[in-house]
Amino acid sequence: MSTATTATDGEARPKLQVLSPAAIRRIHTATLDVIEHVGVRFPSMRAQAIWAANGATVDPVSGIVRVPGHVIEAALETAPPAYVLGARNPAQDLPLDGRHVHLATDGCGIEVLDPWTLDVRRSTLQDVADIARVADALDAIAFHWVAVSAQDRPPATRPLEEIAAVWRNSTKHAQSESVVTAEDAATVIEMAAAVNGGRDALRARPLFSMMQCTISPLAHDGGSIDAGLVAAEAGVPVGYMTMASCAFSGPATIAGSLVVGNAEVISALALMQLAYPGCPVYYAAAQTAMDLRSGAYTGGGPEDFLFGAATNELSDFYDVPLSMGAYATGAKTPDWQAGLENGLSAFMASVAGSDMLLGAGLLHGSRIWSYEQMILDTEIDGIVKAMLRGIPTDDVSLALEAIAEVGPGGEYLTLPHTRTHMRGLWQAKYLDRRPYGQWAADPEKPHREALERARTLLRDHRPEPLDPALDAELDRLITAHAADPATFLSADARA
Amino acid sequence: MGDEIFAAMRQSVIDGDAVAAAALAEKALADGVPPLDAIEIGFVPGLSYVGEQFGLGELFLPDMMLAARAMQKAIAILEPEMARQSATRKVVGRVVIGTVKGDIHEIGKNLVGMMLSTSGFEVHDLGVDVAPDRFVEAAREHDADIIGVSALLTTTMAGQRTVVQALEAAGMRPKVKVIVGGAPASESWAAEIGADGYSEDAIGAVALARKLLGTDAASA
Repeated sequence: MSTATTATDGEARPKLQVLSPAAIRRIHTATLDVIEHVGVRFPSMRAQAIWAANGATVDPVSGIVRVPGHVIEAALETAPPAYVLGARNPAQDLPLDGRHVHLATDGCGIEVLDPWTLDVRRSTLQDVADIARVADALDAIAFHWVAVSAQDRPPATRPLEEIAAVWRNSTKHAQSESVVTAEDAATVIEMAAAVNGGRDALRARPLFSMMQCTISPLAHDGGSIDAGLVAAEAGVPVGYMTMASCAFSGPATIAGSLVVGNAEVISALALMQLAYPGCPVYYAAAQTAMDLRSGAYTGGGPEDFLFGAATNELSDFYDVPLSMGAYATGAKTPDWQAGLENGLSAFMASVAGSDMLLGAGLLHGSRIWSYEQMILDTEIDGIVKAMLRGIPTDDVSLALEAIAEVGPGGEYLTLPHTRTHMRGLWQAKYLDRRPYGQWAADPEKPHREALERARTLLRDHRPEPLDPALDAELDRLITAHAADPATFLSADARA
Repeated sequence: MGDEIFAAMRQSVIDGDAVAAAALAEKALADGVPPLDAIEIGFVPGLSYVGEQFGLGELFLPDMMLAARAMQKAIAILEPEMARQSATRKVVGRVVIGTVKGDIHEIGKNLVGMMLSTSGFEVHDLGVDVAPDRFVEAAREHDADIIGVSALLTTTMAGQRTVVQALEAAGMRPKVKVIVGGAPASESWAAEIGADGYSEDAIGAVALARKLLGTDAASA
């Protein structure tokens, strides 16, 4: 525990450790052993060439790459420990420095609980835009994932249109989890450079970043790897997310699944570093345990919460930022289960120090978007952030003068000290703290108010628009991509 | 003697012990036990027991998978002799499965294939990244009753519709049923693309296949 008497950022906050330094070492060593002897599949010609040039053994038939541990370790050394995610509004830039937890909307859902009809229906581009617009207005949401899939748009340009919709409706940072080919990546980065005001600006303050999924166990998608390399070349942050799940795509034991997931993530990050040393990368994970009856990805059990904390310790060990899958309840509706799962997962990942936290608003294991859930998730975020501020013990906080003034048997209600400091206490917006009689007369009030808050923002919030010329430029780039997806591929990516 | 070996066969499936199941199948052949009896009286009751316990929540998916694998091992050994005797196991239905073009996710699809095959379906697995025409060809080649199309990505799930359309173009609908699965699929998606059904998991896929073929009352 810190003994500092003044509360400075990062000192007073609570900290949680679920793995000892020795345990982290064991996981690291085991991971290197797996990468070197079992191997990881990289079905990408480009990746295989990079690996072969750096001392790895490549099986061109299976695509399995076996890499000596020292190659992985040396490559990870060049990854920057901290950097900034830019935003259209620079005041909304996000430092990834291990001292901040930034919450995003979840992604990528396929259905929307319609805020007006309350029916569940398939998601569209308009939903992507609407969700981004509501999130733009919510302080708790720091950046965006594409929350739902624009299934009314052709797959060829869908990921590009989704990101454009986010920029058009929010000034906050946009992170894509659905750009999974080199061609799409090249075009979206061209778009990002346009919004950023050039390639150098994109590199310095990237207002776009990329998240790719691994294919557990121990495999990557070739397109995701190629897309990541395109991002790395442009200095656009890219992370690899493992969802290795106990008893399904990973061993039944938590430690075993950590090793499998870790091998996937650090092998991808090492590849990026070998290709473009010093490029910004991050660790990402959303591990869970399989539902033993259905085989389904669960999301929200005690294993998830432990994974959340453990993964942060691993990313600290590798000294790269972390994006952690939290929230994303398995519940079908914003209920007890949703509150429990999202509260615990958000707390565990936050108190462990995740830089990016995914994400608010989706139900049913990241399938169904709910505005009500999104708003209720911001309440959870408020509780967690308040806990992260910890307990300052400076002179003002110890309040000795106030204690002396009131003395034994008095009250603090009318003390000036109270008025000065009471707003530092967390205030509920949606937790139901009403008297019983009021609750009984209108039990649904908090849920209704959460939904109404979203409806109000949907009706009234006008985000700062893109410059019309820039808006048109985004359309032009998407049209050029539709005509020839390879239009914006760099020489490196074509080689 | 017969009862003992049948009991051991049943137990090998319950234990999910593929090595024991294979050894018992070999022994059955050596001892002249009719291969069909070995399957129907020996191994199948083991799988039924596991299925029953699974339904009660006492056993889990890995138990089912291991039991299914043990059973598959045994059947593979017994099959040549069955063919020689012209004995055939009753086939509930013929299913062609695969993951759509552009998608290489296979765990869910494999799970469905294994559950179907141990439930008495003849399963032809085309693997991953399967073009619509391959589904059509395979359905024709194997005289399939059902085609199961898997997709894990919202960007590839449109391929499920393409398979339905390809079958229609080939004049094989509605005789050949199409079932879809995978994270982005849903009941309403299945309806929208004109597929015959959707299941959220592998167990449900078996029930769905049985329902489509009108054999759902046959066994639990």
